[in-house]
Parts: sequence; C-alpha cells; structure tokens
Amino acid sequence: MKKITSLAAASAIAIGMVSGAQAASATLDSVKDKGFVQCGVSTGLPGFSNPDEKGNWQGMDVDVCRAVAAATLGDASKVKFIPLTAKERFTALQSGEIDILSRNTTWTQTRDTTLGLNFAGVNYYDGQGFMVSKNLGVKSAKELDGAAVCIQSGTTTELNLSDYFRLNKMTFSPVVFDSSDQTVKGFEAGRCDVLTSDQSQLYALRIKLADPSSAMVLPEVISKEPLGPVVRQGDDQWFNIVKWSLNAMINAEELGLTSANIDSEKDSADPSIARFVGKDGPKGSGMELSDDWAYQIIKQVGNYGEGFERNVGSGSPLKIDRGVNALWSQGGFLYAPPMR
Amino acid sequence: MIINDTKLPDLPPPGSTTGVVGWLRKNLFSTPFYSLLTLLIGYILFSTLIPAFQWIFIDSDWVGDSRDACTSGGACWVFITVRMDQFIYGFYPEAEYWRINILFGMLALLIVALVYEGTPKKGLIAAFALTIFPIFAFYMLYGGSFGLTLVETHKWGGLSLTLVLAIVGIVASLPLGIMLALGRRSQMSVVRSFCTVFIEMWRGVPLITILFMASVMLPLFMPEEIDFDKLLRALIGITLFQSAYMAEVIRGGLQAIPKGQYEAADALGLSYWKKMALIVLPQALKIMIPGIVNTFIALFKDTSLVLIIGLFDLLAIVQAALSDPKWLGYSIEGYAFVAFVFWIFCFSMSRYSQYLERKLHTGHGAR
Amino acid sequence: MPSDVNKGVAPSSKPKFWNDPDKRAMLFQILMILTVLGFFAYIISNALYNLKTRGITTGFDFLDQSAGFEILLHLIPFDATFSFGRTFMVGLLNTLLVSFLGVIFATTLGFVMGIARLSDNWLISKVATAYIEIFRNIPLLLQILFWYVAVLQPLPLPKQSIEMGAAFLNNRGLYLPAPVFESGFGFVMIALAIAIAAVVFLFRWNKKRQDETGQRFPVIWVSLGLLIGLPFVVYLIMGSPMSWDYPVLKGFNFRGGATIIPELMALLIALSVYTGTFIAEIVRSGILAVSSGQSEAAQALGLSKNRTLRLIVIPQAMRVIIPPLTSQYLNLIKNSSLATAIGYPDLVSVFMGTTLNQTGQAIEIIFMTMAVYLTINMIVSMLMNLYNKRMSLVER
Repeated sequence: MKKITSLAAASAIAIGMVSGAQAASATLDSVKDKGFVQCGVSTGLPGFSNPDEKGNWQGMDVDVCRAVAAATLGDASKVKFIPLTAKERFTALQSGEIDILSRNTTWTQTRDTTLGLNFAGVNYYDGQGFMVSKNLGVKSAKELDGAAVCIQSGTTTELNLSDYFRLNKMTFSPVVFDSSDQTVKGFEAGRCDVLTSDQSQLYALRIKLADPSSAMVLPEVISKEPLGPVVRQGDDQWFNIVKWSLNAMINAEELGLTSANIDSEKDSADPSIARFVGKDGPKGSGMELSDDWAYQIIKQVGNYGEGFERNVGSGSPLKIDRGVNALWSQGGFLYAPPMR
Repeated sequence: MIINDTKLPDLPPPGSTTGVVGWLRKNLFSTPFYSLLTLLIGYILFSTLIPAFQWIFIDSDWVGDSRDACTSGGACWVFITVRMDQFIYGFYPEAEYWRINILFGMLALLIVALVYEGTPKKGLIAAFALTIFPIFAFYMLYGGSFGLTLVETHKWGGLSLTLVLAIVGIVASLPLGIMLALGRRSQMSVVRSFCTVFIEMWRGVPLITILFMASVMLPLFMPEEIDFDKLLRALIGITLFQSAYMAEVIRGGLQAIPKGQYEAADALGLSYWKKMALIVLPQALKIMIPGIVNTFIALFKDTSLVLIIGLFDLLAIVQAALSDPKWLGYSIEGYAFVAFVFWIFCFSMSRYSQYLERKLHTGHGAR
Repeated sequence: MPSDVNKGVAPSSKPKFWNDPDKRAMLFQILMILTVLGFFAYIISNALYNLKTRGITTGFDFLDQSAGFEILLHLIPFDATFSFGRTFMVGLLNTLLVSFLGVIFATTLGFVMGIARLSDNWLISKVATAYIEIFRNIPLLLQILFWYVAVLQPLPLPKQSIEMGAAFLNNRGLYLPAPVFESGFGFVMIALAIAIAAVVFLFRWNKKRQDETGQRFPVIWVSLGLLIGLPFVVYLIMGSPMSWDYPVLKGFNFRGGATIIPELMALLIALSVYTGTFIAEIVRSGILAVSSGQSEAAQALGLSKNRTLRLIVIPQAMRVIIPPLTSQYLNLIKNSSLATAIGYPDLVSVFMGTTLNQTGQAIEIIFMTMAVYLTINMIVSMLMNLYNKRMSLVER
C-alpha cells in the first residue's frame, strides 16, 4: 500500500514538472528564429503548388506562402515547402510541423470550428466539377448514373459527390486514391468513367493526361469550394499576418500596384498607396512587422492578378478565366478590407 | 570351345544415360508426367521470356534526352537515364553531389572490408562502421558546419535517402534491440514484462500505422518548442519498429549460447554486465549476423513505405517522375528499374547471409 | 580471537544494500516503473495540452456521426448515411477478407513452390528457385503498384468486356452472377452442415479402421458425394429456393451480380506472390529438416513418391514449418495495410485514411487501428499455437 502511494506521489511530481515547462510560443517569433516559413503545400498540382524541373515550387498557393515570407522576413525565398497528402495536411498543421497550410483547402464549418484551425481568407473561389472522356458522349452530370468515379480521399469533394448523387437519385461506385496524380492515372487507365475534383484542379489535372483533348469538363458545378490558406487556432497575431498578406495582394491589384511599377509608384501622392507602402497609416506595428511589409510582398511576389495570370491564367498552360476570381469592381468576388 | 580369358574392356554406359541425352532424361523427362510438365513449362517460358528479352534489350532505346528518342517500340530506358541523377540523389543540389559520392565510396569500402575474410582488425572496422561513420555521414549529408553548405532534409531523396533510412534504421536499432533482448530474458519481472510488451506491441502493428503515427502524432506528444524534422520522425518510427524485430533475433542468438557459458561466467564472479559484454554477447553476435542481415533485408524493402507519408525515397521519386506529363506511359520501365535496384541489393545480401549460415554451420555450430 | 572473528563476519552478513542483488533489482525496477510512468504522463499531458490549446475536438462521439462518403467495397450494407463507426466495420471486414484469401492463396502457392524447388525435374526446380529469388527480393509495395498496373492495363473497358458465360471481365473488375437466397434455403445450409459433420466423422472412422485393419476406404469420393449430393437433394426437395442475379451492362457499367474489384485482385496477387516466396522457403527447409532416412524407409516399404511426401515427410515437416509459417501469416495480415497505395478500401485506407481526414481526430483513430491489428495478431498467434501444440503432441 505504502509503495503504491509513494508511486502515485512520484508520478504526480513528474506530471507537474512537465506541464510547468510548457508555454505558448508565438509563431512569428519561431519563424524569425528559424529564418524561414514552413508552408504545407500539395504533392504536385499544376497552377497551385507544383515543383518545376529544378525543384522550385510555383503556383497560387505557393505565392501566398512567399508573400508571408516577404512580409515577415523581407525575403520571399525564405520558405520551406513541405508537400503533404490530403490526409496529412490538418494534422501537420495542428501538430506544428507547418506554419501555414496553403494547399487548395476548402473552408468549411467543421474544419474551421472543430479541428483547431483558422481560415485566413480565400485565395481562389472554386466549385466541384466533373471531367469525362469525350468518347463517352456525356453532356451533363445528370447522365452519370451508375458511373465509376475517381476521387481523392479525404477531401470535401468526396462528401459533395455522394450528396449530389443521392440528391439526384443516382448511384456511383467510388474509386478512391491518395493523391491527385493517382486519380489521373486511374482515369487514364479507364478504371473510372468520371474524375471529380475542384474545377480548377480538373483543368490542372487534364494537362497531365497523355491526350488532354480527349477529356472534357462538364458544365455543372455542384458545390462551393472557397480555397484559402489555413493557420492554427490560438495565435491571433500570426492569423492576422497571413490574412493581411493575402489582403495586401488583392488590394495592390485594386490600387494598380504591380511588382514592376511599385518602385516608381512608391512616392505617389495617392494616400492609399502611401498607406500601402508603409509611409503612413497603420504600418506594420500591429503585427510586429516592418513598415514596408506590403511593399515587400508586391515587390517580390506581385499582386493577386499577376499571380493569377502567371500561375493559372493566360500565362500558364491551364488558361483559366478570371471569372468569379476577378476583383469586386470587375464583377468578381474579390473584396479585401481597406488598409487604413 | 572358345574360351576368352582376357578381360573385356568395360563397355561405356548406354548412350541414353550419359551426356546431354542422359542428363535430359534424368532431369527433364524421367516420367511421362514430368515430360508433360517440362514441355508445358518450357513452352510458357519460351513464349514469355523471348518477347520480354526483346522488349528489354533488343527493341529498347538507351540514349537520348527526350521521349522522341523512344521510337523502336521496346522499353524506353531513356526515361531512366535522363533522370538517373534525380533517382540517385533526389533533390540534393547538383554542386554537392560529391558529398554523397564520397559517402557511397566509403560505404562500399567498409562493406568490402567487412565481408572479405582476410581483413585484419575486423572488430575495429565494424565498430567504426557502427559509430563514427554514421556521425560523419550525417555531417557530410546535412552540412551546415565545417564549411559545408546546409542541405535541408526535404531535399534528400532517391536511392541515397533509401540507404540513409535503411542504414540508420539498422544501426540505431542494434543497441536498442540488445537492451530489449536482454530485458526480455531478465530475471526482474517488471523489466521482463515491460520489454515483452514493448516488443510484441511493435511487432503486432503494420509499419504503415507506425510511420503514420510518427509523422502526424509524434508532434502532438511533444511540447510545442520541440520541432522534429519529418525525416527524423520517420527514422524514429522505423528504429522503434526495427528494434523490436532486432530484439527477437538477438534473443534467438542469446538462447543459442550454451548454458555452461553463463554458468562459467557466474562462477568466475563476473558481474551481469561483464558477463554479457565479455562472454555472452561476443559469441551471440557472431551467430546472429545472418539473422541481422535478414532483418536488414526486410528493413531495406520496407523503407519504400515512406512513400505513403510523403518522403521521396527511390520508389516515391520514380513514381513522381512517372506522372511528369512529358514522360507519361512509362510506368513499366520505371517500376522495372526500381525493382532491379532493390533486387540487386537484397539478392546480394541474402546470398551473403546464406553463405554465413553455411559457414557457421560447419564450425562449432549452435546445434 | 573470537571477538575479531565476529568483527570480521558482522559486515559480510549485512552487506551494503547496493551490493545485494535482490534489493538492487527492486530499486532498479521501481526506477523503471517511475520512468515509464513519467514518460507516459509526460506525453499524455503534452497531448492534452496541445489538443486543448489548439481547440481540437477529442473523444469518440464522431463514431456516431454520419459518414457522408461512399465505399467501393462493403461486405455489410453501407452508404453515405451510415455512421463513421460503420466505416470502421466496413474497413475491418475488407482487411479480413483480403487477409483470409491471401493466407489461403499464399499457403497454396508456397507449398507448391517449396516442394517444386526440391523436385527432381531440373526445369521445375529452377523455375521455382527463380520465382523465389526474384519475388522475395523486391519490396511488396512496388509489387502491389506493379500488379495494379499489370492487372488494369490489359483489361478492356466495360463495353468491350471479356465474356465468360454469365461472368464478365473488364477493367472495373470481374462481374459474377450472385446467388439470391429465397426462403427455404436454410434447409440446404443445414444439409451442408450435416454433410460436413458426416465427412469429418468418416475421416476419423477411416483412420481408425486403417490403423486397426490396414484396409483403406475411398473416403475422398464418398465425402465429395456427401458434400455435393446431400445439399443438392435437399435443394431439389425444397423446390430450388435460390435464383441468380446476373450482371447486366446498363449505362456505363455492369449492374447487379457480385463484383471482384481490380484493386482486390492486384492486392491478392501481390500479397500471395510475395508471401508465397517466404512460405516456399519455410516449406523447403521444413522438408529438408526431416531426415532422409525417413523417406528412404518409406521408399523401402514401397510407398510411392507422392505418398511418401504426403504421409511421411510433410506431417513431420509440419512441426518445423508451423512456427515460422505463423509469423508469415501475421506479416501478410499486417502487409495488407499497403492496400491504401492502390485504393483498396481496407481498414487503413478507409478508417485511418478517409475517416481520419473527415473528422481530423488522429489520436483516437490511429490507436483504434493499431489496437485492431494487435488483436488480430494475438488471435492468429493463439490459434496457430494451439495447432502447433496438437502437432507436436505426436512426438514421442
């Protein structure tokens, strides 16, 4: 009996010792200490996050991480990209392996509220669509009853898909793969009739087919998929930095600031531009950033529109229209709060 | 009456039992059933191996720098040759390849020295290979000191990563395995049951779940300040998994040492640790080498599972290359290449372990 | 002097406590318990703290929430409205299915190849050797990926299916007619059970009779007749209470019937081919471990080669074979988790993959998955140990 009580006492001491040692450390401090931002990206999705032949990461999602690195460290190249499968992504963020998850991740209530995550904004408004082989002769998603559908596991598309089919009283057999590469291979091998994913991804995946013109994307969009960068809950400062890095890119496009003209526009009389480059207004103090943080983002990464054209728009093999991803003033959804 | 009193010379054996014909009859056509089987298998082999051979060697393309070079309809080995550097070194910076090359060279020298029988001071070399070499290799690969540029672990990949995983796994699991094996044979009930539970638990679950746990859960178990590298986490998982298997091999070796050795050591008044370190383990380790080589082979093959947690070992990097739009449709070539590389390593190791087993058997064998 | 002697003895009869092995051992064990407890306390408190500060939901409530996704292969009824707990069962059953079939195929292949490697026929033994040496030394994951490509690529699209009677083969799988049981089929199952019991009895009786009188009875044919005949007669009496559900090409794919998906085929081939090599080696060494005097004696008695193997060598070799065979079975079950690489919906793929992702509760799910494998492992080792005990009792 005596032994047991002394044991219990000893283990209680041990517990006390460890729990005392813990203290929340701010993400910004650890980023500055390490000298780089750890950014979770996909294992390869053209246009969003994809390594080129030399292993340099490129894409819309990659640009968000580079922008954060430019804002916090003054150097957009100080990013360590960590490729994650869809399965790993949230646990990698929760566990602190990465500082930002920027991996075409859909903003949903469950993810925002129960996983200990915060969505910092939307960098691409997407919707789920279907890609089929042209020689199937299918014109609408309503004709897909009984089809075999390739999906990537652990995505919202998996859930939307079964909702959509159930709602339309159709059946399907799901063929689930771990990575988007595998889904394309499965589709190409004829394992499934339909490939479903976010529409932007469908365009990206289509160029991975041996003959991209043999497949077509159906017109139906069956869900809302706002994609955006994600951070851990509990560090509001870091949350703000990521949120405003994205806002700065959108505001810059609205102000007409690009990586090419920002140096000449820096001294413009326009008060919004003066606030943007940190000559006036809130500057970076509220986020413990340098005053020219937004200037660094645009100088090194470019504004939202530049990134869009370069990665997924006309300057890329994907050739996606701006569509709803245009500025609010041009008929799209992009509307960033003012920087003042 | 004619009596021949000179001894007739021995007649040669009937033609049907010697030479090619005899060999054929004895080994291929001894019974009707066997003859039928021989013909059937022969036909299958003939009709599969010849086209395969043609595909691999004759109709194949070996030189070029894009898929346009692959015109002859056979295997397109250009796909492999073009990306060879990536398959060996991963994303390691090209200017630093020499560091990996030096390590490859040293590794090869060490292996030759350890395998060759006439090498003097083998014990010292083995000790070097198990202690100093891994540390040296780490500094060479990772850099960041001694004037070497730092190469982050996420740039490691390909065959070199496969070797890193396998070698670290085996080297780190050896001491752990020894402790666990000794613990499982300990007289102290707490130690014994703890080691038994530990060993059986790790042996009872698939490596994938362990890798997944190491990759996503380990950070949750650590205080926030501690930040493990993804590769390090995979290595921890592999080492713990491997140490359980190692412990069982070592336990087998310990059991094979005759009881008299233990008793004699006790009689000399040696302490437990002296008894183990000076009498039992040196004998046991020698018997265990084939078993250790076998677990190493298993581990070497298992390293390919890191593909599932997103590390780019040889298999993963080839798979990634397979989805390059410029090189679609060469999966068979890619998989064949990986299979060939793994096979060469594993086959030679298994041959070595069989040779050792035979050698040990003829001496004062365990049985 | 007596007092000196006493002085000399006194310290040795009461040694310092760290020189007393028992006490030292006790101390060491207490220290060890404390370290282990401390370690667990440390990681658990860390985990709780991390989960709390990061606002991650914990607990097993998610098991009751509806899953919302479909699973390709389910042995029990399942659709998106069932719960996450159900996905666990579906995944577990799929794991058990592939493990069970894999064990059977691997054992068959392994025994055939192990015996073939010892064959007198040069070609057969070389082919078996080549098979073993090639497939043993290539990682299983690679083999699974390879077979998946090798199975999928040559198969046609559903519209060009290869027809085999009422069955169809295409790259969506093998479509077979499925039996539909109507009322009254239970009697047929009862008849089958009776037939099985009768066969078991027959085998025992035959063995006893042979031991006593040396006479043999054609058990194989009689039992085959029993197994097929009895249920068939009952089936006819009950008025054929079973119909077939044939697969029909409708729209994109075949509907109805039973499907064997290509993922299952690829996984089964890979698992059996890979594990078969190890079993073959075990069988070979088991046979070699039986002293050659045994088979020579059998030959001297005039037993045919076949019978020597079946009646003399293999029963004795079994004792050597079973322990390593058990660990191969366990390996196969664990290796079936690689299914996730090709999307076969096993436990790891469905539960530790999709479910984990949709709920985000890593700790609970990974522990549940590990617990399942541990339990399966323990059950299989226990069964095989029982079998092994029965086999080794034969020893004198």
